[in-house]
Amino acid sequence: MARFPSIERQRHIIDFTLASLLRRAGKNASLLFVYTLIIFVLASVILFSDALKRQASLVLKDAPEIIVQRTMTGRYQTIPLSYAAKIREIRGVASVRPRLWGYYYDGNSMANYTLVVPGEDAPVPGGIAIGSGISRLREAYRGDILGFTGFDGAPRSFQVVGILHPESQLASADLILISEPDYRTLSGIPADQASDLVLKVRNPREYATISEKIVKLLPDTRPIIRSEILRTYDAVFNWRSGMVLVIYSAAVLAFIIFAWDKATGLSAEERKEIGILKAIGWETGDILFLKFWEGIAVSLSASLLGLVLAYLHVFVGDSLLFLPALKGWSTLYPSFHLAPFIRGSHVVVLMFLTVVPYTLSTIVPSWRAATIDPDAVMR
Amino acid sequence: MALRASTAFFVATGILSLTWLALLADGRCRLVAQQPEIERTAALVKRLELTDLCLFTEASYTRHLALADRHTPFQDDPMSMEHFPSGSLVSPPEHLRTHHGTISIH
Repeated sequence: MARFPSIERQRHIIDFTLASLLRRAGKNASLLFVYTLIIFVLASVILFSDALKRQASLVLKDAPEIIVQRTMTGRYQTIPLSYAAKIREIRGVASVRPRLWGYYYDGNSMANYTLVVPGEDAPVPGGIAIGSGISRLREAYRGDILGFTGFDGAPRSFQVVGILHPESQLASADLILISEPDYRTLSGIPADQASDLVLKVRNPREYATISEKIVKLLPDTRPIIRSEILRTYDAVFNWRSGMVLVIYSAAVLAFIIFAWDKATGLSAEERKEIGILKAIGWETGDILFLKFWEGIAVSLSASLLGLVLAYLHVFVGDSLLFLPALKGWSTLYPSFHLAPFIRGSHVVVLMFLTVVPYTLSTIVPSWRAATIDPDAVMR
Repeated sequence: MALRASTAFFVATGILSLTWLALLADGRCRLVAQQPEIERTAALVKRLELTDLCLFTEASYTRHLALADRHTPFQDDPMSMEHFPSGSLVSPPEHLRTHHGTISIH
């Protein structure tokens, strides 16, 4: 050790720092707890939203290239099949397929289902395939009969011919796959109408141009291109969305109060300690190191602990604390494991923005106290 | 001989750092394990021509975020303010977010 006197000196300072922290164990333990809690909340939101955005981008990467809706007085309407024929004539459009889908509110279980008519492999008339969320909610399995009320008030029943695989719940928990004739009978959508149109385009670079042409040709339509779908989920849970903003604001405010409390002054006991250290020969630099290590010990421990707990919360505990907010008023929701996509840059920024300001706010008031005459500080 | 406080601190910090690194490694393993599941879900999205994740089923505009329009959150009345909990969790779709001015309250 004698070969590295500077390291040994720092270690002695750290020994002293930790002993000093332990002398005020109760206060510092509560400080560490609250600090860890703030990092935990922030890191949980960051890990959760990053993972969800990434998973959404992978799951939706093959979503329809262009969806064309029809609107009337700003509201969504069914679209005539004649629109498909007109859009098909636009140069660059490879195919146009009418899509049939819609919602069904089940008053008994107070759940909203999404009914979809698949373009291929649709169930036979009289049969439906249901998402695993509906299966769980209604305790319905293959062979069971589920009843629905049609648009005309007439009851209609369908046999469950399949359950969508539970691993795809993130996209399919509330889906009911149904045949076209059954859906038209149930929903009342006339034979010459569809819910919207799905387009395939020869050249992906022409999405925007083709969208413009569609609006020019059919002004009451609203095209939505795939990149907009993906951007929607990229913006989901971003810092501007309501509840996330509230969480961020509360955590940042708590952190500012923390740092402010540290930066605005030392307790009489801490000032006295600095005075004594100066009187027995400690230099100003040593005292700054002492406070530097104090800041590092608290903030680094809290950051690492907060990160570890946040990971366990989001990816092992399935975001247990966020579930009540995520479920909202839904009675039907997916049960899925988020894949741990972690953006290193976000973790580094979080560490930097919490460790550095806290450490600085610990050093600055001590520097002011350490440069004053020891006698004056102790008095 | 008693353990020096600095040694205990470095050991504790090292253990926490290693735990974090181990969790990152665990994350990689989970990611690899979940890859087929993600791909199968993506294949289902492609086959059924789906546009959205089934995150919130309480309101149509949060069930199908990408297809939401400017009116649905206000239901049938301009003064019927957005009230579903999930509406406060998500931002409006990017393509609907156009700002024409700043809010001014008199």
